[in-house]
Amino acid sequence: MSKTALIVDDSATMREMVSYTLKQAGFEPLTGANGQDGLDKLTGQQLDLIITDLNMPVMDGLSFIKAVRARDEYKFVPILMLTTESQVEMKAQGKAAGATGWLVKPFNPEMLLQVIGKVVPK
Amino acid sequence: MQIDLKRFHETFFEEAEEHLGTIEAGLLSLTEQGADPELLNTIFRSAHSIKGAAGSFGFNELARLTHVMENVLDRLRSGKRSPDEALTQHLLRASDTLRELVAATRKGEAASVPTDVVLAELSAELADGAAPATGEGAPRSAAGAGSPGEVVYHIVFEPEPDLFRQGQDVFLLLRDLAEVGTVLAVECRRDRLPPLAEMDAETCYVGWDLRVRTARPEDDLHDVFMFVEGSCKLEISAEAATGATSAGAPVTTEPGAIREDRRAGPQRRADSTSIRVPTEKVDALINLVGELVISQAMVNQAVSGYSLTPELEEALSVVQRSTRELQEQVMAIRMLPIGTVFNRFPRLVHDLSAQLGKRVRLESEGAETELDKSVIEPLGDPLTHLIRNSVDHGIEDPEQRIGAGKPEEGVVTLRAYHEGGNVLIEVSDDGKGLDRDRIRAKAISQGLVRDDVALTDDEMYALIFAPGFSTATVVSDVSGRGVGMDVVKRNVEALNGEISVRSVVGRGSRFRIRLPLTLAILDGLSVRLGRDTFILPLLSIRQSVRPEPSDIKTVLGSRGEIFLLRGEQLPLLRLSRLFHTAGTVEDPTRGIVVVTETDGRRFGVLVDDVIGQQQVVVKNIERNYRKIDAVMGATILGDGRVAFIVDVAELHRVATRRRQSDDEMEHVVGESAVAAIAAAQEDGA
Repeated sequence: MSKTALIVDDSATMREMVSYTLKQAGFEPLTGANGQDGLDKLTGQQLDLIITDLNMPVMDGLSFIKAVRARDEYKFVPILMLTTESQVEMKAQGKAAGATGWLVKPFNPEMLLQVIGKVVPK
Repeated sequence: MQIDLKRFHETFFEEAEEHLGTIEAGLLSLTEQGADPELLNTIFRSAHSIKGAAGSFGFNELARLTHVMENVLDRLRSGKRSPDEALTQHLLRASDTLRELVAATRKGEAASVPTDVVLAELSAELADGAAPATGEGAPRSAAGAGSPGEVVYHIVFEPEPDLFRQGQDVFLLLRDLAEVGTVLAVECRRDRLPPLAEMDAETCYVGWDLRVRTARPEDDLHDVFMFVEGSCKLEISAEAATGATSAGAPVTTEPGAIREDRRAGPQRRADSTSIRVPTEKVDALINLVGELVISQAMVNQAVSGYSLTPELEEALSVVQRSTRELQEQVMAIRMLPIGTVFNRFPRLVHDLSAQLGKRVRLESEGAETELDKSVIEPLGDPLTHLIRNSVDHGIEDPEQRIGAGKPEEGVVTLRAYHEGGNVLIEVSDDGKGLDRDRIRAKAISQGLVRDDVALTDDEMYALIFAPGFSTATVVSDVSGRGVGMDVVKRNVEALNGEISVRSVVGRGSRFRIRLPLTLAILDGLSVRLGRDTFILPLLSIRQSVRPEPSDIKTVLGSRGEIFLLRGEQLPLLRLSRLFHTAGTVEDPTRGIVVVTETDGRRFGVLVDDVIGQQQVVVKNIERNYRKIDAVMGATILGDGRVAFIVDVAELHRVATRRRQSDDEMEHVVGESAVAAIAAAQEDGA
């Protein structure tokens, strides 16, 4: 059975690249262009992974992560944050909001899959 | 897994263009609004987005430049620096370079764009304060010892209770650990485990003591725990004597460094919220739907003579309705907001006003107004010219404005809105308005009007669109050289649009462009000439009249004829003579005069009969055959016949020219035209 992943990023390029990579890895990708858009895509379906950018218009990644964690059905879903801000405080804030892990941009598909392997059971 | 990043390049470049627009517009507002946090965030985000993706694709020049821009913006955002004119200029220059760099990278010539100067400028901005963090994403230097043989590590891993609420899976960690080395012993720490009745299934109560033997560096062990290091007690210590590396303190690590990874991959995946499709595909679809509309009309016409069963009649009407809807939906795909053109103007106005020593603000309304992509793109040039003109000639110098009791800052307004099936775009300014006397004097000196002719305001203003007409007393650096308003007018007319101007002395001018929503469909009036049908664009038609004998006058033996429309004298053109159609009405009183207007001049076109108003799908003739005078395209009628769409503006020019010389007009009705259309259809399908 294929796994489902939600990708939230305001950059269409990133959405396309991440979705494509995930699809190759056997995920069914859903996408959202910002936090709010991402939340709108969560309709209670089974989800195996969420990947979100942090700096986005409308609703940023941290608020999105908090909102996801506030929902019972997504309490334990692995959430990876995409960030170029490698500063400790961004990661700490993300973790505090409920993120599982992070991936520092720029990354390539291989690195993405490697990090996903750390948080999603094969 | 094989993933070729090239497949994302096109998306990246398109997106980068959009971000460039945002950055530029943002930087310009920065001067006015100051360090508005939301504005800075928006600019930052755009630079940030370009950087992130550029890095992934190995566009290192782009990544470097956006990185430095981002650092400067970050300092603005954090309030360590306030935006002054110099800084804004540096950032604008950087964004120019960025634009060049994006274009060059697209062509694979990134190296041809020098970035040293802007990088140096920006770095200087950064240097006069605390040095920011740079080089993020750089390869992490391997801390700790290399791999001098196997080492046994003792690991204490005691997660915090809410570990699961971060989506962590402890088993994955243990599994990863087993991949780094050989797990010699695992012991579960259960001392925190409460009695079952008090246990919360969502809380983590246990910890582990592990012994792992590995030849890999200690950092690899930390990497396993990288996502949980902040939320657990973690101690990693070497047991054996080799490489007494430190343990204990949590270390923040990053998952990796930039690596080149370009490999070939198969199919393209679609984004579930939107998809990017090459324009050709959409064009092919539009063309096909056009064919469908025509075929549908042919079916309707073919069955019109028969009495149909109710079922068939119902089915036909459903097909007709669905076809119309399909056509509308398909046309909508190619619609883009005009904001994509408007975006470039804040910069233009900023630069121009600085250059001219004026203070001008650009306001825009209706940027979300949609029109066909094929119309939007060619609009850039005429609009640029109009705005240039408004800033240069319309808006006065600050002193003059103050003298006239106006605010020092002039306003140029760009406005777009829908009206009927058209889009109207206005460029207006609150400047000095057109100078009637000067236009008149100039027109007389150029022989455009005789000095004894009184002109209405509209006629007078229409003169500025005449070729070679320019009233600028001093040819300024900004406008007044090269293209004139005649070119603007031609550009607009090439889009089946029209342009007009209103002006009030001392109050300002307003240029208004009226455009069809799309070039693919045209509202036309079908007229009959003998056995042929022609289409006249509805936009240029004012009315249709059946003339009385007294309404037609012949001028002095020439072929020139005059049609009297309630006393107004209009030149009369016989379409049948221009197109050499056979079997047409010779007596004007038995035909219809269609009154058309172009360039603010009206003239009558004599046709046999008016069939009716209809939307037609425009087929290009030029691309498939060759240019035919006074014909802008062709369409296929419901009965399968081809009809030419008359270019009214050109018709007027051709007719005037023809009256002077006796050149025969191009005559291509019949076989060869049908061949041309057939070629057009094949080409488009």
